Amino acid sequence: MNKVVNHKAWLFVLPVVLLVAFNAIIPLMTVVNFSVQETFGDNVFFWAGLRWFEDVLNSERFHASLFRQILFTFLVLVIEVPLGLVIALAMPRKGFWVSVCLVLMALPLLIPWNVVGAMWNIMALPDIGLLGRGINALGIDFNYTRQPISAWFTVVLMDVWHWTSLVVLLCYAGLVSIPDAYYQAAKIDGARPWAVFRYIQLPKLKYVLTIAILLRFMDSFMIYTEVVVLTGGGPGNSTTFLSIDLVKAALGQFDLGPAAAMSLIYFLIILLFSWLFYTLMMRNDAR
Amino acid sequence: MALELRNVTYRVGAGLHIGETNLVFEDGSFNILLGPTLAGKTTLMQLMAGLIEPTTGEIFFRGKSVRGVPVQKRNVAMVYQQFINYPNFTVFENIASPLRVAGMPADQIRERVTSTAALLRLTPMLDRRPAELSGGQQQRTAIARALVKDSDLILLDEPLANLDYKLREELRDELPRFFEGGRRIVVYATTEPTEALLFGGNTATLHEGRITQFGPTAETYRQPSDLITAEVFSDPPINTATVTKRGGEIVIGNTIRLPAGRNAVDVPDGNYTLGIRPHHISPALDGGTPVEGRVIVAELSGSESVVHFDLGGRTWVSQSRGIHPFEVGSMARLYVDMDQSFFFDRDGRFVAGGGYG
Amino acid sequence: MARIMLEGIRHSYTATPRSETDWALKRLDLDFSDGGAYALLGPSGCGKTTLLNLISGLLRPTEGRILFDGRDVTGASPEARNIAQVFQFPVIYDTMTVYANLAFPLRNRGIAPADIDARVREIAAMLELEDMLDRRASGLTADGKQKISLGRGLVRADVNVIMFDEPLTVIDPHLKWVLRSKLKELHQRIRRTMIYVTHDQTEALTFADEVVVMNEGEVVQVGTPVELFERPHHTFVGHFIGSPGMNVLPCEMDGGVARFAGQPIQAVNAADVRPSGKRLELGVRPEFVSISAEGVPADIVRVLDAGRYRIVETRAGDSTIKLLAPEDEALPEGRTHLRFDPAHTCVYQDGWMVT
Repeated sequence: MNKVVNHKAWLFVLPVVLLVAFNAIIPLMTVVNFSVQETFGDNVFFWAGLRWFEDVLNSERFHASLFRQILFTFLVLVIEVPLGLVIALAMPRKGFWVSVCLVLMALPLLIPWNVVGAMWNIMALPDIGLLGRGINALGIDFNYTRQPISAWFTVVLMDVWHWTSLVVLLCYAGLVSIPDAYYQAAKIDGARPWAVFRYIQLPKLKYVLTIAILLRFMDSFMIYTEVVVLTGGGPGNSTTFLSIDLVKAALGQFDLGPAAAMSLIYFLIILLFSWLFYTLMMRNDAR
Repeated sequence: MALELRNVTYRVGAGLHIGETNLVFEDGSFNILLGPTLAGKTTLMQLMAGLIEPTTGEIFFRGKSVRGVPVQKRNVAMVYQQFINYPNFTVFENIASPLRVAGMPADQIRERVTSTAALLRLTPMLDRRPAELSGGQQQRTAIARALVKDSDLILLDEPLANLDYKLREELRDELPRFFEGGRRIVVYATTEPTEALLFGGNTATLHEGRITQFGPTAETYRQPSDLITAEVFSDPPINTATVTKRGGEIVIGNTIRLPAGRNAVDVPDGNYTLGIRPHHISPALDGGTPVEGRVIVAELSGSESVVHFDLGGRTWVSQSRGIHPFEVGSMARLYVDMDQSFFFDRDGRFVAGGGYG
Repeated sequence: MARIMLEGIRHSYTATPRSETDWALKRLDLDFSDGGAYALLGPSGCGKTTLLNLISGLLRPTEGRILFDGRDVTGASPEARNIAQVFQFPVIYDTMTVYANLAFPLRNRGIAPADIDARVREIAAMLELEDMLDRRASGLTADGKQKISLGRGLVRADVNVIMFDEPLTVIDPHLKWVLRSKLKELHQRIRRTMIYVTHDQTEALTFADEVVVMNEGEVVQVGTPVELFERPHHTFVGHFIGSPGMNVLPCEMDGGVARFAGQPIQAVNAADVRPSGKRLELGVRPEFVSISAEGVPADIVRVLDAGRYRIVETRAGDSTIKLLAPEDEALPEGRTHLRFDPAHTCVYQDGWMVT
């Protein structure tokens, strides 16, 4: 639309622009700066070009943590999205219980992330934790501080508990916006519940599901706090995902160069995937 | 000459939404934009209001160009199809809002709001919120808010379309009274020809972004300058057929011969598009030309009878007062008032026709 | 096809209705005969959609019974009642083609694919959708989608009744007319019971053989369009039907003769009026008022040109009287006299026609 442009509007945006510049763009530029230089301390820097990037991309360590991260994100998406959808379908859409359900669903999202990590840390302890002790009582040898499998199990379970609610709430909002007439027409047409899901609900939820998947992808790819508090990245480095690895490299070993390079690669991966999703979403719209 | 559009066009990307338009509205006039949906009525109104700028051409208000003048600075009010009111304000506050923004003193506001509310019969509802009002009352509130500003230009975009049939009729009856007197220009968009006719004033018929005719409503109706205007300004749709005129006779598709009416006397022989309004075909008409056709649909609506019948392969429609039952599938005998027919040439331009002018 | 009877129906949306206003539908009994075209006509909030949903089974009545061909279906689901409904906005399965949409109800009933194909093509031809069968349903215009909704209802040969809930709401005004006539044509062709809900009297009167006029949860009158027009039982019907509506004028009875503005007025039912304290009114439609040399004195206030006729607004005393004049008739100015057609002038007592 050929809207009339009011240039005074830029004045309103200026403070935000300054803030974003200060907090995001300038630090980002600093990172870029570090990623192409080498230092031996004393604030002396040598130009290193793309060496750090090559190093990172070729390192076994990076490949391993990237693989772990992708596996984690995959598991999390595959469990949370269908589960969230199923729960949203089961939730009542009218009446008293609606508010109760919504509040229950919102609760996990309100807890600070390090508290979440601490909660599950204690709960999964094999001797005194409810979950840990319970599993051991069933005869399964479960110790997340020692067994990578158990650590993974706990980490994934924690994330599912924490974040499925987001998918539920998004899908629920989408479901609620479907007019009653569609359900009525399906009833009249004699459609069975599965047909109602496949032909009415799922198509109408496409948009919402795409957003849910995109959000969960981005967040799970960047996961840090909960995992660090729960397992610290262990046992060994079995649950060291990308961001944890990055922090270890940057703060632990003070290799600013490689750390900065890894940050940027990390950032670009997420950007790439998000762009892919976005294009897919927009293509759906245009059709 | 209060509002003038000169060579105005509006494009979005490659699409031409409004074709070359020249329009002049006088002070105190009631102007109707008539056309089907997506004909460009809303876009034209947005151009007049200043919400969008024309791609080419100029808009003048009282002789001064208003290019670049933002809509907040223009003295314009707009009423929409959806009843747009501030949901948290009472009716009084809703109507008062433009005056408060203008910084008018409180007692003057009170006076203006109460008199406008009285005009629109809203006085008993001044303390209520829009959600508590009926559709018709909500729309009156929106109209009151537009009126109270005493703006130079009021634009109404199909304001009655979302109302129940009867409410629409009532509000339509009262609407002219709200705008009586004063210098303001009223522009009213509608898709219903009957509405345009009942309002009177001037009508501009729109078709695919172009204005086909603009003039006093009765004139635009009775003397359409082309076939498109006749079709736009017609409900039910006007009957048309390609015909050949030979001497005093009109031939439709070689099979049907009708005597040419009074208005065709000076029309040279040749091929034309014949147009006859449905109410000029009737089962009972003195002096009409008889035609026969198989009945396809018969609709009786208490006061009127509408018959769709087949004439020479085309479906024609007759609309008449009174009850005239017809059996579907039977042959019906109807009478056409050929003196009321229109002739349009190959390009759709008006050649002759119509009765009363 | 079925004969539908509603006995002693009352409905309230609140769990424990206490006062009259809690009842969305006050007590009514209705009879819809097999194959007829019916309309439920009334202003917003009159209960017509509630009534429609009770018949279709989407709502269960608080009181009363619903019978299809003598069978009690009050507790039956819409599926079991074998009905079809077209809603205000098109309800289609976006991901399916037009063909799949139309075939859906038949597939759910397990009908053989060959039969499904024949039936779908038959209905598509009737609705002029044959060229679009392979297109995605979501790509059609609003009226195309409504036709699909309608088609899904028609495709089941044994459907008992087809209901329409203000189906032309989203249709372009210039297409409304076409679709309306198409529905009428369809009914005349297949002769299935159809019930059409609307607030638009033109739609109701042109479509239906019989119209149920409703107001505030009650049935005010049931009749053919002609009956409703010529003999409105209540001033509401007179006002609601007809554009413009019936003139309702205050009157008095003086020795068996109705009087308005000091003039004696002949009325069809004047002789049946029994004295009571109730409000007396005269009802006469604008179509039956004419200008004449003598009669009720009135001043012409406004003349509106509606194309094929003119609406003349006159004032007699405190009352406004409207009449319709033909396109070409010359009209006097200022003071004139009005004549009311005696055969179409009635006396109403407290709103109801005196019988």
